[in-house]
Amino acid sequence: MTPRRIVLLAVAALAIALPWLLQALGADFYLSMASRIVVYGIAATALNLLLGYGGMVSLGQAAYFGLGAYVSGVLLTEGMQGALPHLAATVVICGLVALAIGAISLRTRGVYFIMITLAFAQMLFYLANSIKGYGGDEGLTVRSRVQLPLGLDLRDAETFYWVALAVLALVLWGLSRFVGSRLGQAVQALRDDEVRAEALGLPTFRVRLLVFVVAGVIGGVAGALNVNLQGYVSPASLHWTQSGTLLVMVILGGAGSLWGGVLGAAALLLLQEGLLAYTEHGEFWTGWVLLAVVLFARQGLAGIAPALKRRLARGGTAP
Amino acid sequence: MSTGALLDVRRLCKRFGALAVTDEVDLQVHAGRIHALIGPNGAGKTTLVAQLAGQLPSDSGEVRLDGHDITRLVAHERARRGLLRSFQITRLFRSLSVLDNLVFAARAAGKGNFSAWRARRHDDEAHARATQVMQRMGLAGKAAAAIDELSHGEQRALEVGMALAARPRLLLLDEPMAGMGAEESEQMAALIAGLRQDCAVLLIEHDVQAVFRLADTVSVLVNGRLIASGEPDVVRSDPGVVAAYLGDQEDA
Repeated sequence: MTPRRIVLLAVAALAIALPWLLQALGADFYLSMASRIVVYGIAATALNLLLGYGGMVSLGQAAYFGLGAYVSGVLLTEGMQGALPHLAATVVICGLVALAIGAISLRTRGVYFIMITLAFAQMLFYLANSIKGYGGDEGLTVRSRVQLPLGLDLRDAETFYWVALAVLALVLWGLSRFVGSRLGQAVQALRDDEVRAEALGLPTFRVRLLVFVVAGVIGGVAGALNVNLQGYVSPASLHWTQSGTLLVMVILGGAGSLWGGVLGAAALLLLQEGLLAYTEHGEFWTGWVLLAVVLFARQGLAGIAPALKRRLARGGTAP
Repeated sequence: MSTGALLDVRRLCKRFGALAVTDEVDLQVHAGRIHALIGPNGAGKTTLVAQLAGQLPSDSGEVRLDGHDITRLVAHERARRGLLRSFQITRLFRSLSVLDNLVFAARAAGKGNFSAWRARRHDDEAHARATQVMQRMGLAGKAAAAIDELSHGEQRALEVGMALAARPRLLLLDEPMAGMGAEESEQMAALIAGLRQDCAVLLIEHDVQAVFRLADTVSVLVNGRLIASGEPDVVRSDPGVVAAYLGDQEDA
């Protein structure tokens, strides 16, 4: 067994056992925090696929996070609780919206791409504000939850945590599989040099669109989970500051690293929570941390361990 | 009207504002031949390559590959039909190893080879092709090397190798010897001469000596217009060509 695999198993065991550990420590309160980290970890991983692997800097990823939450929230409001309809509706609606937005935005590059993805997300934000039937600007509160098979109840904090954790594991496994695949290699080549990839026969527009849609669908699933966690969704989840938060998570955690999204989500949420105990100006100090990471750890948190290992290896062989 | 040419270009034009960068160009490249395109700086050679490879849309005219009209096709569609190009300024995938650059190139031109699931390290046809090209380009032993570890000459060799790995029927080489030393240029020339067995070549090159040694046909482009086309010896002694281009070269 490789050291890497041992670490992975240890992390997985710890993550699975977390509810019991917290209970033993009498810190049950933190379980909902852990669930939020997992949900945001999924959303940030989706953006990481788009940004870190696909090289597409989108400032509109909240569109899918918020849309997924609204899809599930509206279905619950209408009395539909089956897991399958929720999943299908989230995947289909977020996928189609991402397809439409991607088909237009991907014709632009750089700053224009950032602005156009931002504009589309803001359109959804104002749309959600204006739909009075589902809460309008006050947001939508849902009392029921999606019903899972085997009698699993998402209202139960531990069950929710484990279900979300399973989804996160699935997403990470899929991403690692994708990165090692032929298409993953093509996406990497495309990020390096789009003109060359196209000149060699890669249909670059289609490949980017595929990545864009997959990122949208995963973001939507994270959103659907979020409304089942919070029991509430508001237009704020579609706002561009939400897209910004996801972007900060990815950059903090390490864009283009498998664990970047999760690490970033954990770091940012824990940091904000931790700072809350000491100061009202949490955002201010968060800014400093982000600055330090961008300046001194370009690969984000996920890049720190490999960099240390390299430094140690160099130090070991130095005379 | 069929001329039997692999590449048949008719009255191709490209304008940037009032400036005709490509002005009614007619050009035929035949299978198994090396066709050189020379001309002074700013003659529009690179623009013409971009039009032929599909990076730049043409304003008017027609491009046929093996009798099929490809004028409206985009770059990746042309690549999949066997029209490949190399670049004057090296364009390689810097986060991939030398071997992976070539494997991607070999795979990209094939159809439907991009599984999102199957691992890339399958010993398939693309790997075999990549390894073969690596040998041929003098890059054997560099499979795992990063692009930044290669010398300039090796990067230029890989630049051409990328297009070759994609199994071209027609290869457009945009100044493959740019920035090379005498010895490296010599190796590259030998390599290009050997390409006749693989494909037709449209060679754009500044090194006129090399061009007249290598090419079966030479065309001269000046201010977007083809002023001469034919066998090297005929073109070399063409008074118009000497006046417009070769004369300058000897002065310099």
